[in-house]
Amino acid sequence: MPFVPHTDEDEKVMLDTIGVNSIEDLFDEIPGELRAGELLQIPDGISEMELLRLMNERARRDEVVLSFLGAGAYEHHIPGVVWDLTSRGEFLTAYTPYQAEASQGLLQLIYEYQTMISRLTAMDVANASVYDGASAMAEAMLMAVRANRKSKSKKILCAGNVHPGYLAACRSIVRNQQISIDIIDWDVDTGNLDTNYLQSGEDYAALVISYPNFFGGLEDVNHLTDWAHQEQALVVAVVNPISLGLLNPPGNWGDDGADIVVSEGQPLGIPVSSGGPYLGIMCCRQAIVRQMPGRIIGRTTDLDGKEGFTLTLQAREQHIRRAKATSNICTNQGLLVTAATIYMSLMGDKGIYEVARQCHHGLLTLLEKARRLPGVEPRFHGPRFHEVVLKLPVTAKKVLAGMAEQGILGGYDLGGFSENLENCVLVNVTETKTIEDIEKFVACLATVLEV
Amino acid sequence: MLIFELGGKGRSAKAQYRQMDTEIEIPESHLRKTPAGLPEVSELQVVRHFTNLSKKNFSIDGEFYPLGSCTMKYNPRGVHKAASIPGFLNRHPFAPEAHSQGYLACMYELQEYLKDVTGMQVISLTPMAGAQGEFAGVAMIRAYHNKNNDLDRSEILIPSAAHGTNPATAVMCGYKVREIAVNAEGDLDLDELKKAVGPQTAGLMMTNPSTCGVFERQIKEISSVVHEAGGLLYYDGANLNAILGKVKPGDMGFDVLHMNLHKTFATPHGGGGPGSGPVGVRSRLAPFVPTPIVGKREQDGKDYFYWRDEQEIPETIGSLSAFMGNAGILLRAYAYARLLGREGMHRVGEYATLNANYMARQLEQSGFELAYPKRRATHEFIVTLSKEAKQLGVNAMDFAKRLMDYGYHAPTTYFPLLVPECLLIEPTETESLEEIDGFVKAMKCILKEAKDCPELVTGAPYNMPVRRLDDVKAARELDLSLMK
Repeated sequence: MPFVPHTDEDEKVMLDTIGVNSIEDLFDEIPGELRAGELLQIPDGISEMELLRLMNERARRDEVVLSFLGAGAYEHHIPGVVWDLTSRGEFLTAYTPYQAEASQGLLQLIYEYQTMISRLTAMDVANASVYDGASAMAEAMLMAVRANRKSKSKKILCAGNVHPGYLAACRSIVRNQQISIDIIDWDVDTGNLDTNYLQSGEDYAALVISYPNFFGGLEDVNHLTDWAHQEQALVVAVVNPISLGLLNPPGNWGDDGADIVVSEGQPLGIPVSSGGPYLGIMCCRQAIVRQMPGRIIGRTTDLDGKEGFTLTLQAREQHIRRAKATSNICTNQGLLVTAATIYMSLMGDKGIYEVARQCHHGLLTLLEKARRLPGVEPRFHGPRFHEVVLKLPVTAKKVLAGMAEQGILGGYDLGGFSENLENCVLVNVTETKTIEDIEKFVACLATVLEV
Repeated sequence: MLIFELGGKGRSAKAQYRQMDTEIEIPESHLRKTPAGLPEVSELQVVRHFTNLSKKNFSIDGEFYPLGSCTMKYNPRGVHKAASIPGFLNRHPFAPEAHSQGYLACMYELQEYLKDVTGMQVISLTPMAGAQGEFAGVAMIRAYHNKNNDLDRSEILIPSAAHGTNPATAVMCGYKVREIAVNAEGDLDLDELKKAVGPQTAGLMMTNPSTCGVFERQIKEISSVVHEAGGLLYYDGANLNAILGKVKPGDMGFDVLHMNLHKTFATPHGGGGPGSGPVGVRSRLAPFVPTPIVGKREQDGKDYFYWRDEQEIPETIGSLSAFMGNAGILLRAYAYARLLGREGMHRVGEYATLNANYMARQLEQSGFELAYPKRRATHEFIVTLSKEAKQLGVNAMDFAKRLMDYGYHAPTTYFPLLVPECLLIEPTETESLEEIDGFVKAMKCILKEAKDCPELVTGAPYNMPVRRLDDVKAARELDLSLMK
């Protein structure tokens, strides 16, 4: 049977040593009526060759020619080095570095990751990651309630134009701790938060801002940050790591900067892969690091005074604090941290800046060409990073289905997101899209619209 | 050397991006003022740096890694390859159903397999790790009591031997935690349980086999006691590998469970993750499962797979990630299940148990004390070194560190908390007789060293990239990122 190395002879030696006649005897403490029968739903085993054939056939069925879908998962170029190195067995098949001496490679790598992420966001510290962007945002809400010493509030004020999937996950996760989430509406003309509607005097633990927002728009983060701090609320920033090659990092927002930063790390060398596994980035100011969930790596010295790395501040964590832990989280996304760290090392500041700039430029090109089609226009104006909302003359659902028939995924249907966005589609352009790709998109859109 | 200390100003892997002089239509106030300070290195420097870091790591591929409760079994390379097919890697999570039938077919079939091995009626694959699966499970218990207007149930019962995630999860779901003692044989104290249950009991969370490395023999009675009090029974699937193909948690009376696919279904641990923690429920909790799940219907005479979201499951506890969890890991678990097939699946628990019992017996005969000598080991077992700690001044951590010098990753140390000076040892079914014998031999050598020259053991390790690290300094003089 696959992966079990025992020969008949081995089995006999082992059973003799134990002093039983059969493997069955080893289960004699389990009441007979609990024993499982045949596993009828599991098919017969297949060989690796057959498996690869089956999986290749299934994967081929799902292939598309071109995708302009973003909405939280972005197709960027992934350097060949990233997964070649990440797939080394020493990274792939290690576990949480509980035994620091046997895990220095991974521990140093995570320390380097923490450094890179802190620098990219202009924050003091980063943890060794949580599951994904959405769960990072939920953990940030829980953390803000614990960390805000000036407010006892269990209310969070959240931008209405954050990723709807993030907001949904946050509601599921924070609900049972009696934390409530109030929403700031976005302006129907700009898509950005309308700062005129900010009400002073309500007690909130934190304000959550997405930058860019779900529509690709750029909020007035300096104003929002200063307002929240005046109101004694912490600022939770939800950002895109690639955008930070170009955009003002949250540590520099307003007078004092954001307090907690979360981000979906997927754009840093991780394939879109049906939505996971991804990488939840989480950073904060040093003053509140003891309220941060998840693993954290620190640099220290060994018995001989030599530099080394180890898990630290473990007194926050479930395996030590149990019911009093900051979170129940146990795993981090170690493998994805490895990929992201290698990606950031390859690209450097210059590379991430260029990628961000080309995403932005590609978007402007697409917008300029698409708006020449009759009835197609940008729904919102103002600067954007790498997503735009296009308003179409007919329903987005119909247009996207028509484009998909030609093998092009044209974007994300916003019809279900808000009644103000009927006939609207969210289109993403990254550096992977050439001018020819963009022209194909526009030509395909034109045929579907019959213009 | 840190990567920041390599390289030179302006260096980067220039093959990885284009440079074009394009316009930026973003106002100055939104732009970054100073560069972040990422490494400035060539592509070769990156390759060499991370290749060398990888060499400073123990892993399953390199070393025997008998970390108890973590199921460090072989992660088949073919599975990694199957999940890395470009069509799967490039599939966008919002790709339309019509363009996702290949992927959805895998997910649907995985749901069916997991139902079968657990004896549950509905599976949701979305939780991204064991702890998130626990969260989903306890949130469903809460939703169930709320729906029945049974609002005074405020307490979750947890055996004292449980993983730390259990109490932490109960608190995240708004419950109080009450611990139940475990007796000297490793079974739950049934009398204490009977006294503890009542109208305040929302449920009991437990693993079986327990973290003591023994099967909980009174499980049927425990199930009756909790159910008669109106509570539900939660199965923490951390130790499912012990009984895979032999016992189904549903048959033991559990109402809800999570599985750790990175343990039982051999998906790579990745240096701490990603995990994947699908949940399974019996029908009374089916209305509350986290979304989305995959459904199947007939369309034009063929199977058509589709997403079932909150429209179809209106009482769901909701979604737990932006999309549908760790899809790439689920694909690996599916591929692993196909390679094993029915026969292979039945054998997992059997050979995991054979290996653990053999190893336990060998260690016992070599002079080590088992924590539960009268019990059968399951897929793991506990050695207690309290005698060695008292008489020789060599404790469990010293043994763990010295094992590294012999080329073995340490077992889990000091867990479960109720056994003093313990090593929790889990060999898994994929280890050979020779490997196990080698480990036993190393343990014997260390025991001899502990008697002859205890300082040798208490000073270990010597052959690792560093010696023991100053954890107190790490926590006091926090250095979590390199200053510019």
